[in-house]
Amino acid sequence: MRSHPLFQLTLLRFREFVREPEAVFWNFAFPLLLTAGLGVAFRDQAPQPIPVAAVTQQLAAALRADPQLRVEERTPEAALNLLHTGRVALIAEPGPNASVVYRYDEANPDARSARLVADRAVQSAAGRSDPVPASNALVREPGSRYIDFLVPGMIGMGLMNGGMWSLVFSIVDTRRRKLLKRIVATPMPRHHYLLSFLVWRLVLLPCEVGIPLGFGVWVFGVPLRGPLWQFALLCLLGALTFGSIGLLISSRARTIEAASGIMNLVQLPMWIVSGVFFSAERFPAVVQPLVRALPLTALNDALRANMLQGSGLGQMVPQVAVLGVCMVVCFGSALKLFRWR
Amino acid sequence: MPAAALRVSNLKKAYKDVTAVNGLDLEVFPGECFGLLGPNGAGKTTTIEICEGLTEPDSGVVEVLGMQWGRHGAELRQRLGIQLQETQLSDKLTVLETIQLFRSFFRNGPSPEDAIAHVQLQEKRDARVGNLSGGQKQRLALACALVGNPDLLFLDEPTTGLDPQARRQLWDLIIQFKKDGRTIVLTTHYMDEAQQLCERVAIMDHGQAIARGTPRELIASIGVEHVVQFSVGDAALDLGTLERIPGVRSAKLEAGAAQLQVTELHQAVPALLAELTRQGLPLTELSTHSATLEDVFVSLTGRHLRDA
Repeated sequence: MRSHPLFQLTLLRFREFVREPEAVFWNFAFPLLLTAGLGVAFRDQAPQPIPVAAVTQQLAAALRADPQLRVEERTPEAALNLLHTGRVALIAEPGPNASVVYRYDEANPDARSARLVADRAVQSAAGRSDPVPASNALVREPGSRYIDFLVPGMIGMGLMNGGMWSLVFSIVDTRRRKLLKRIVATPMPRHHYLLSFLVWRLVLLPCEVGIPLGFGVWVFGVPLRGPLWQFALLCLLGALTFGSIGLLISSRARTIEAASGIMNLVQLPMWIVSGVFFSAERFPAVVQPLVRALPLTALNDALRANMLQGSGLGQMVPQVAVLGVCMVVCFGSALKLFRWR
Repeated sequence: MPAAALRVSNLKKAYKDVTAVNGLDLEVFPGECFGLLGPNGAGKTTTIEICEGLTEPDSGVVEVLGMQWGRHGAELRQRLGIQLQETQLSDKLTVLETIQLFRSFFRNGPSPEDAIAHVQLQEKRDARVGNLSGGQKQRLALACALVGNPDLLFLDEPTTGLDPQARRQLWDLIIQFKKDGRTIVLTTHYMDEAQQLCERVAIMDHGQAIARGTPRELIASIGVEHVVQFSVGDAALDLGTLERIPGVRSAKLEAGAAQLQVTELHQAVPALLAELTRQGLPLTELSTHSATLEDVFVSLTGRHLRDA
């Protein structure tokens, strides 16, 4: 019984993937661990009290009245030592004429908060009363936490990594082994070879996206507010776009080293500026058009808009356009440049 | 004479700084095993890859099974079996999986199991390619060339780098294919391989065929049947005296030893021994062999195949 070449080629992709345990780890486990680690590190928690030092018993008592401060009573020298080694943010010391002197570094945001809180505590202890009563209403809803920002970014990054690494390494290694030339010497239709990567990417896609997404939704309650089919469409578009970039990178490279170099050159800027770990808007306005034109920025923005804001595709035209153009240009160039030997 | 299985005329191919093939003519008949013999860099691989449709020639005509690459590429691919120099099959697949993959590309051919049996790899059926020995890998490559039941088989240096036992095993397989009636074109730089396997050979040097014929004809053409090699330690030898010995055609010195091209071995050896005794020279080494294709190459080019 002869099986279809496309089936056999896809099977080849599957076998080469699962028989390389490192590939499975980097593809699935690593992003998961990273998400979990960052999610735990940046989990919502009650703000920690700020450590401060007081050099008199009276000041210490006044400061202790405020739960936002953790107060240590020390001699002036010991307090200075704590300040210089960063273990306290501020020192409260008595000044002339019953005044108070706050010693702190104004470039340190913690120290500036400590200055406000400490002064309020000292003034209250001295009998000041607030003319306007105030109370707090704290916001802590899903969709605005760091983990909510992170999960779509991790999905986008996963699509980029998966799309590029798997393709580039497989094709370049096949070429390096002269196996590409050998396969081309058979009657195999060449488009079947390229198509097998596409099919394999589509098979892998549900796992690649589903694992980090499911993890984020079930463990951290990350919202998925947009239409699910549109989310799937965005992932598909992202996978195809990065697959095309991978194909272009591998179209001529003869060694893994050469291909990794190009791949790092392409990926590194996107890891940094495309809003995986922090918002792309933090970069200066001059470079924003450039940042926006990167496919990973477009994908991350679109995924976030879908998941967090529940936006429809109609509101993501620029992002979808960036991805689509990038895909068509890269795929077309790759077909033109591809070296079949 | 039946129509040629492969016909190449006035083939030329130059790369940037070197002319690989320079006006080559070849004709291979159905059912024969034809050898392209020559040193590394003679243009054998370029020639065979042009015939395989993997490299474009600069000029010349290539007709494979009566068809041409430009017009009948797809059909030709179905009917050729190809084994390239230094292909590394995927290490992560098993033998059976590799064969199944290649089998899927061809319309007709044996079952993967039969193809494996054909190259005697049954015991390694489920072994990963990465764990095979050099000889086993080469046999797997042969099986991949056979899965389409080809009419014409191209083998590029099939035994290079193998130990003598593995070479012998591969030769037996190739002899078996010949018995099946397949046409085989192989390249090699081992003269003994060409002599063992090929009905006809073309000796290539610098992109041209410098001699063509059956191994026997070629050896006969240099008019020498035997080669006698001897040495006399550090003592000096006079080549002129040696060449006057009856039955010796020519003499030369090579790496401290004397080499005589001999037509009548039974006359030359006793005469040589007598001559050395007369001169009082001590014989430290003596060997003779029948003339080989190697000697043909040496007599045509003045160089050896291995260091050409």
